[in-house]
Formats: sequence, structure tokens, C-alpha cells
Amino acid sequence: MCGIVGLFLKDKALESQLGALLTEMLVTMTDRGPDSAGIAVYGGETGGEAKLTVQSDNPAVDFAGLADALSARLEEAVALEPNDTHAILKLPVDAVEQAREELARLRPTLRVMSAGEAIEIYKEVGLPQDVADRFSLTGMSGSHGIGHTRMATESAVTTEGAHPFSTGPDQCLVHNGSLSNHNALRRRLQREGIRVDSMNDTEVGAAYLTWKMRDGATLGEALESSLDDLDGFFTFVVGTKDGFGVVRDPIACKPAVMAETDQYVAFGSEYRALVNLPGIDNARVWEPEPATVYFWSH
Amino acid sequence: MQTYNLASDGLRGLNAALQAQSGETNQTAWEVVNPKGNHAIAVGLTVALEVTIKGSTGYYCAGMNQAATIRVEGSVGPGVAENMMSGTVIVEGDASQYAGATSHGGLLVIKGNASSRCGISMKGSDIVVHGNVGHMSAFMAQAGNLVVCGDAGDALGDSLYEARIFVRGSVKSLGADCVEKEMRPEHIAILSDLLERAGCDARPEDFRRYGSARTLYNFDIDNIAAY
Repeated sequence: MCGIVGLFLKDKALESQLGALLTEMLVTMTDRGPDSAGIAVYGGETGGEAKLTVQSDNPAVDFAGLADALSARLEEAVALEPNDTHAILKLPVDAVEQAREELARLRPTLRVMSAGEAIEIYKEVGLPQDVADRFSLTGMSGSHGIGHTRMATESAVTTEGAHPFSTGPDQCLVHNGSLSNHNALRRRLQREGIRVDSMNDTEVGAAYLTWKMRDGATLGEALESSLDDLDGFFTFVVGTKDGFGVVRDPIACKPAVMAETDQYVAFGSEYRALVNLPGIDNARVWEPEPATVYFWSH
Repeated sequence: MQTYNLASDGLRGLNAALQAQSGETNQTAWEVVNPKGNHAIAVGLTVALEVTIKGSTGYYCAGMNQAATIRVEGSVGPGVAENMMSGTVIVEGDASQYAGATSHGGLLVIKGNASSRCGISMKGSDIVVHGNVGHMSAFMAQAGNLVVCGDAGDALGDSLYEARIFVRGSVKSLGADCVEKEMRPEHIAILSDLLERAGCDARPEDFRRYGSARTLYNFDIDNIAAY
């Protein structure tokens, strides 16, 4: 099954409530996905700095002294803000690639969840409410965010199997459905030099978009071509630095509801995820069409 | 009028209360407030109650309805009036996928649009959609009438049995074994009655009729190698 929620704010006055609104939406989708939950939040731009979200199964050990060690290797200022099993590393944008390489050497078991100027990804195994609590999601602010509650079908219930998946700088993907050609596509992507870490079908979908965009496609074009190349059921919601998009496969059996007001555009796997949003009673509510790419940006 | 607050009193209590009514009850009028997109609201009713739901619902609203009249003052999620046997279900807004799936009887009216697979495997009900329907509507529909006052999506009536389909607007594509058929006086009469009962002022003469070419579900000795 799985549940997806997304909220794209047009009204800056709501930005301080983004985490609280998204958390309520996410928890409502618990019975669609009680295995694990995750959220991508866009906001708090660092003014030219990049943010790396990293995750560790042993944060007390891995995060200790990490900022200083990385700073010494990069010869750049690095700040670390821990948040439970995750931490945000802030560093100069042009040091990101080297930082990834150094992190692999300094802390081999550390996972990089996302990189970019605006994105932060938090995801863990457990009930959505518990995941939201451990990261204090309700207190987060931002311009837009995407959340996912997972009921695993294609791979194990692990942190790296949870969504969102990062697809590139400031980009992420969440998925409701199952891809049936992910093994063949994973082999093809690996031949193309695209890194796929897990056996998860959605990560292949994310890596597919990364591949298309590496070769020059826009996100919209990459989503359009996914309709031809991905076999299976999917409702995808993607996030970018300044926007978010939605696409459903042509069969469209995975549910999706959208709502738009002057203040926001919202996505939910079900309408009940949206019922407590401000002004929902007067929102335009509709079901996104199959095989149609929708996109909103600031 | 009985008013039931779903937010404070819970779904099971609602369905238990509605299902406990006998045919002689004098509590025939019910209003459900705060549905908030919840699933399986007002299902399995077996007597002629009049239930009004004040807002939008989630999955499987009014499922297995028998005799009751259920009106939703909002939109409904997937599977509204699934397996309805009789009675009437009226949706003021839109309906998500597979509205009226496998319904055997009764009348389902959707005043907005219905999405994919509307009337899939319907077995004798009447479904009137004031707006459009999505792809694969009336898939494997066996009996009854699907009336679409707007447009129909791809693969309308795929693998159709003996249900009738009436569409006023455009049809994006017809499914396997579904063909346009002549609109005869008896079809105009059926359609007039359905439109009137569904509160729709469309003119029956503006509709086209579609039905099964009957090549797919009949045994054909020439196709023996394929069986």
C-alpha cells in the first residue's frame, strides 16, 4: 500500500507551520504504511552553503568529532547539527562531492540521505508518529515538503528502504506502488554508471530520474519518459529545490487526491490526509489524471 | 432526524446503529456530520433509511447498500456503492475509481465526475454520472445501464457483456468488443427515465449508445485453437 502526503506552500505566513501540518497529514496515513516513515523538508536555505543529511545506526560514535575531522580533510568550515539518528552537515556548495568521498573514508557506515541547499531528509523504521517524534518534525519550517508512510512489498523494512529517496541535488522521490522491471532497470543503470545502493524498487525509480537528468532531461521530461520505461504501478511525488510534482502510471490504481487554495497545493493518498488543512472546505479538490505530469514551483 | 457525529462517536457505532434499524423503524432520517474522508461510512444498510453525509468520504462509502437512500454532500473515495443491491446513492461531488463496482441493482448518481473503472463489472444497477468518467469504465459490465452526461475516457466498455452504455460527450476510445449501437425508441425511453430519476436535464436524443459486439464472450468454434 503506502501513503504519500505533500504540501507546497504559496503563503509564506504558513512556512513556520509546515512541519506541524505535514506531520498531521503523515500520521493520518499510518494505516497505509506502518512499517517506516520519512519526510523531505525544503527550507532554511543556508545562503550559499550546502546541506548534507547523513544517517547513522550509531550516531553517538559516528557524529562525535565528525565536523572537525571533515573540516580538516576539506580545509573548509563544516558545521554539524545532530537530530537523533540523522545530522545536517553544512559546508560550502563546491565541497559537496569531495565531502561525500571523505565521509565514505571517515565513517564508512554513514549514509548520505540527501544533498542540496534546501533539502533535508529524515526517515526511519517505525510508526509514523514515532518517527515524527524522534526527529521533532512538528517544529520544522519550510516552503514545501513531502512525506511517506511505507508498507513494504519489494524489499526489506530498513532505513535505506524507507522513502523519500534522493534523486540528485535538492531532489527527492516518494512512491506508492510497485515496479516490476526494477531488477533489469537496476542492471542497466549500473552499466550507465548510476549508483543504486539497495534492492528497493523505488530507489531504481529515483535513480532512473537521476540518469535521465544527468543526460540533459528536465525533471518534467524525466517524469514523462518514466511513463514509457517503468513497468508497474506508481504514484510518484517528487520534490525539487523550489517545487514539487506528481505523476501517476496510466492504469492509476494507486490513489491520489490534490487540493489547492490561495495558500497551498496539497497532495494526499487519501482525502482524509487533507481534512485538517486550513481552508480545505473551500479548496479545489481533484484527482490527478493518469499518465499526466503535474508540477508547481515558486 | 437522527444526527450522528462521526468524529466523536466513531465509525463502528454509526454502522451498527444504521444496520440495527428494522423495516418498521420510525427513525428513518439520519444525518452524519464530520465524515472527514473516513472509510466505509453507511455500509450494509438493509432498510429504507434516508442517510445524508455532510462532507466528503473515503473508500467504500455506501457499500452493499440495500433499500436505503444515501446522499453524500461532498466527494467520495474509491469504491462508492460497491456491490449495491438496491436503493439509491447520490454523490453531490466527484467519485474516485471503481464507483458502483459489481453493483447488482439500485441507482447510483454522481453529480460531478467519476474517475477510472466506473461501473466495473456492474451486474444490473443503473449509474448516472452528470460529468465525465475515466478510463476502463464499464469494464466487463454484465447488466444494467451506465449513463455518462460528459465524456468517457479510454477503453470504454472493454470486454463488455450485456450492460448498456449511454454517452453524451466524446469517447476517447472504445475497449475490446465494445461498439456503438443504434439508439432505438426503447433506449430513449430507458434513458429518459434514468435521467429524470437522476435529476439531470440532458436530452436523451443527444446521447449515443454503446454495447457489446458479443464476439468476445461467446464460444466460437473458429477460435478453438485459442481456448
